[in-house]
Amino acid sequence: MSAGWLLTLLLAIPIAGMVAVVLAPVRLARYVALGTAAVEFLASLPLWFSFAPGVEAFQFESRARWIPEWGISYALGVDGISVLLVLLTTLIMPVTILGSFRYIQRREKTFYATMLLLETAVIGVFVALDVFLFFVFWELVLVPMYLIIGVWGGERRVYAAIKFFLFTAAGSLLMLVGILYLFFKYQALTGAPSFAYVDLLQVPLTLKEQLWLFGAFALAFAIKVPLFPLHTWLPDAHVEAPTPGSVILAAVLLKMGTYGFVRFLLPFFPLAATHPDVVSTLMVLGVAGILYAAWVAAVQPDAKKLIAYTSVAHMGFVVIGVFALTATGLKGAMIVMLSHGVSTGALFLLMGMLYERRHSRLIEAYGGLAAVTPMLATAFVITALASIGLPGTSGFVGEFLALLGTFETHPWVAIVATLGVVFAAYYMLPMVQRIFFNRVDQPENERLPDLSPREGLVLAPLLVVMIWMGVQPGPFLRRMETSVEAVVERVQRQALGAPITAAPGAPVPVAAADLAYPAPRGAE
Amino acid sequence: MTIDYSSAGHYVLALLPEVVLSGAAMLVLLVDVFQKGSASRPSSRTIPWLAGAGVALAFAANLWLLGLEEAGSAGMMAIDSFRVFSNALFLLAAALFLGMAPRYLEENGMHLGELYALVLFATVGMMVFSGSRDLIVIFLGLELLSVAVYVLTASNRRDVRSAEGGLKYFLLGAFSSAFLLFGVALVYGSTGTVNLARLGVVLADGGGRLVAFGLALLLVGYAFKIAAVPFHMWTPDAYEGAPTPVTAFMAAAVKAAAFASLVRVLLTAFPGLYGTWGQMAFWLAVLTMVTANLIALTQDNVKRLLAYSSIAHAGYLLVAVAAGTDVGAAAFLFYLAVYTLMNVGAFAVMMTVARLGETRLGLDEYRGLAWREPLIAIAMTIFLLSLAGFPLTGGFIGKLYILRAAVERGLLVLAVVLVLTSLLSYWYYLRIAWHMWFQDPEGEGVAPLALPAGVAAVLVACVVGVLATGIFPGALLDLASAGAAALGGPSFGAAGAAAP
Repeated sequence: MSAGWLLTLLLAIPIAGMVAVVLAPVRLARYVALGTAAVEFLASLPLWFSFAPGVEAFQFESRARWIPEWGISYALGVDGISVLLVLLTTLIMPVTILGSFRYIQRREKTFYATMLLLETAVIGVFVALDVFLFFVFWELVLVPMYLIIGVWGGERRVYAAIKFFLFTAAGSLLMLVGILYLFFKYQALTGAPSFAYVDLLQVPLTLKEQLWLFGAFALAFAIKVPLFPLHTWLPDAHVEAPTPGSVILAAVLLKMGTYGFVRFLLPFFPLAATHPDVVSTLMVLGVAGILYAAWVAAVQPDAKKLIAYTSVAHMGFVVIGVFALTATGLKGAMIVMLSHGVSTGALFLLMGMLYERRHSRLIEAYGGLAAVTPMLATAFVITALASIGLPGTSGFVGEFLALLGTFETHPWVAIVATLGVVFAAYYMLPMVQRIFFNRVDQPENERLPDLSPREGLVLAPLLVVMIWMGVQPGPFLRRMETSVEAVVERVQRQALGAPITAAPGAPVPVAAADLAYPAPRGAE
Repeated sequence: MTIDYSSAGHYVLALLPEVVLSGAAMLVLLVDVFQKGSASRPSSRTIPWLAGAGVALAFAANLWLLGLEEAGSAGMMAIDSFRVFSNALFLLAAALFLGMAPRYLEENGMHLGELYALVLFATVGMMVFSGSRDLIVIFLGLELLSVAVYVLTASNRRDVRSAEGGLKYFLLGAFSSAFLLFGVALVYGSTGTVNLARLGVVLADGGGRLVAFGLALLLVGYAFKIAAVPFHMWTPDAYEGAPTPVTAFMAAAVKAAAFASLVRVLLTAFPGLYGTWGQMAFWLAVLTMVTANLIALTQDNVKRLLAYSSIAHAGYLLVAVAAGTDVGAAAFLFYLAVYTLMNVGAFAVMMTVARLGETRLGLDEYRGLAWREPLIAIAMTIFLLSLAGFPLTGGFIGKLYILRAAVERGLLVLAVVLVLTSLLSYWYYLRIAWHMWFQDPEGEGVAPLALPAGVAAVLVACVVGVLATGIFPGALLDLASAGAAALGGPSFGAAGAAAP
């Protein structure tokens, strides 16, 4: 029922746009890029409308042989976990490109070409169903982001770009070792090489192996998320990156890490993922991230850095929601991922708009802007409230579900983490107050222009999604429900029931066409 | 047809690529002598084309070898796909040299037509070196190769660095030849044969202490040639001093030849002594990867940085050698092909940036290159990503293949060291990248870089090759495993991949 070529098309459009941007005259480059991203968004809409919510298998699948010698295939598909992240990416991208028209004034062609390459790479990460292909896209993301931070960034951009690159690359290499181990294990059992996700999912592993591999994968993902205390690259990267870079980084790139948690860590290593020591470590780190980031954010004089730290806090909620290992918690974590993508992306865009007007990121440079730029202030307040999780906004739904799910299995963690919601108000609201309310005490601020139509167009879709997800989260939850429950069920079944090694006839080579995920229920 | 060496004609047929190339080299020498007249007159522009024609003919003859069959597998010259594959690599490196060299030599006042003849002779030496199954002939090939390359290294007579590099290379190279020859003598003394295939039979169950000692000396000789730590001391100076096209040729082809010969010798003659040479290769690999990558971190001179980088890559190749399996040999061939392309490409960019007289070698010369010369910078970025082992480039597939060989043999420590040192290497490759992309070009008055057609062709070929082997490696993978299968190394298939 679903067209397999659609995902390939989504990967190809930005690449074609990239070529067009390079060939186009400089003054048209931005419009070509915007057009490409808009077409990409329209092309991705079938993922929302034709996606069948109640289906456990992957949809929009396609598969072709790539390097058959090593069992590597070009396999794409989406399920309830990835489909919304793809849509988030295709939504954020045109908005961000439109939002960079004024900020990016030099080397425009290269910039827009790089952005489009980034879009292909990120979508590739979310839709790859071959672990090798996944790794290729995962690494490919690094190059354009490295350039975006390093070429168009602020004063310490070289430092930030290299720190970003080396942190992520270090994690990726460990993950590569883990992937190869799974590959060899599969080959040793079946005699046939394969990197297919569904094949590697069948590899039986002992608890010890699972713990080691979990460590290798988790480190790669935790750096990307970033999980406290591996987050130190994030504030640097966010602050030094140009506005569009920060937006993409926060809205989409961080999700690659949490997506990896849900897509790989839980289904591949259920014994490790339910091991009490592992779970409590991750819970403690998640809560520590929430509280620590809130604490640090509260004293930041630099508004952009403050927003960067809120990312660490939000991702803490995702981590506890995921490792609570309940369907509710996982759904909450997914919603937090989407909500954070939209709201933090919007916050960075708004901050960029302020910076374009005033050329300062310091909170103290502003004051009383609500009177000067009422529309900008309104958008900022709505976004900030969505970010701290006010009921009626997307942030509330996600954090509430994540905490609720956590409370089922780890009540104390949930109670402590709830404090984080309070702290969020404690760091966000004073910033809003000091920028937009108080008195206009600096003459430069007296005549700043309000939102231009272009800027309004940038913010409107994001604000709509924030409210929509807050008021009516049903359509979003329905789409992810089946896949999320399947993951939780798989983990619970294998952790509580018979260990996977004892499953009868475990090493079953899977036919190429059989992409049911996870293992068919009748297997027990 | 079948070659059984029953008549003299068979020898010519079996050696056809070498014969063709030697003929071309002598023709180049003669033409150069007769058209030159006086020493100050530049060599004719036709000389590189002549040499190129020789390389092309030799390439055709090399492919023709595939149609031949060998009677038995103990002939003095091997006629197998391993030889064809490695010969193709040497000829490729020679062709890339011919693309890079003419304008460079002209601009630096080196009107030496005989350099082309020397490169052809060196290539013949490589082909004999790696294609022979007789330790004495192997030594002959090595000497032919080495003598030509000593001269090539020192060929820039106006540059003291060139003379210094040539002298160091010559002295240490002479030592290494002596080690190798002593090793050959010991092996011969205790077994009574220098034929690799017969040695393989005699030593199937391991040999005495004398053989082991001979093997160790043999390995030391090879370790000098492939520049493995701690026998690498000559390399940075020789690579830095030699004219850049020669450096690229040395780093790619000379190293490839020594490695190919080493793999053939070890897998054909000494599979029974894996316990000895496996250990040595293991430690050489570890030392080489760690030391070279650490030293490269601190280099500010790009030519020297690339020299250390190519030592580091010798370490990665040694991992494949240490595996000592058919997969290891296939991984080795694949990596060698990719390494030739990406390394020559990087040297070609470096040569272009360094301009006349090789004065601009510092990292600072790369500031803002991406905005002055976007195409050259993009090519360099692709080479650097491949050298670092980034997905979608041949370097990644190659490293993966080597990792696979190491893990299948159970050499997990080597696999981990390879991964960690690759991470180290990101730093120095990225340094060049960030100078190119993140810095602004200095001043407006910088003259654009001259990019002669030959160098441009080399860059295009290398970029296409690196990307093609990275995105669609299938064909090369097949060729490499066919070449490796010809050596008949032990196979550790799926069964060997059990958990440690």
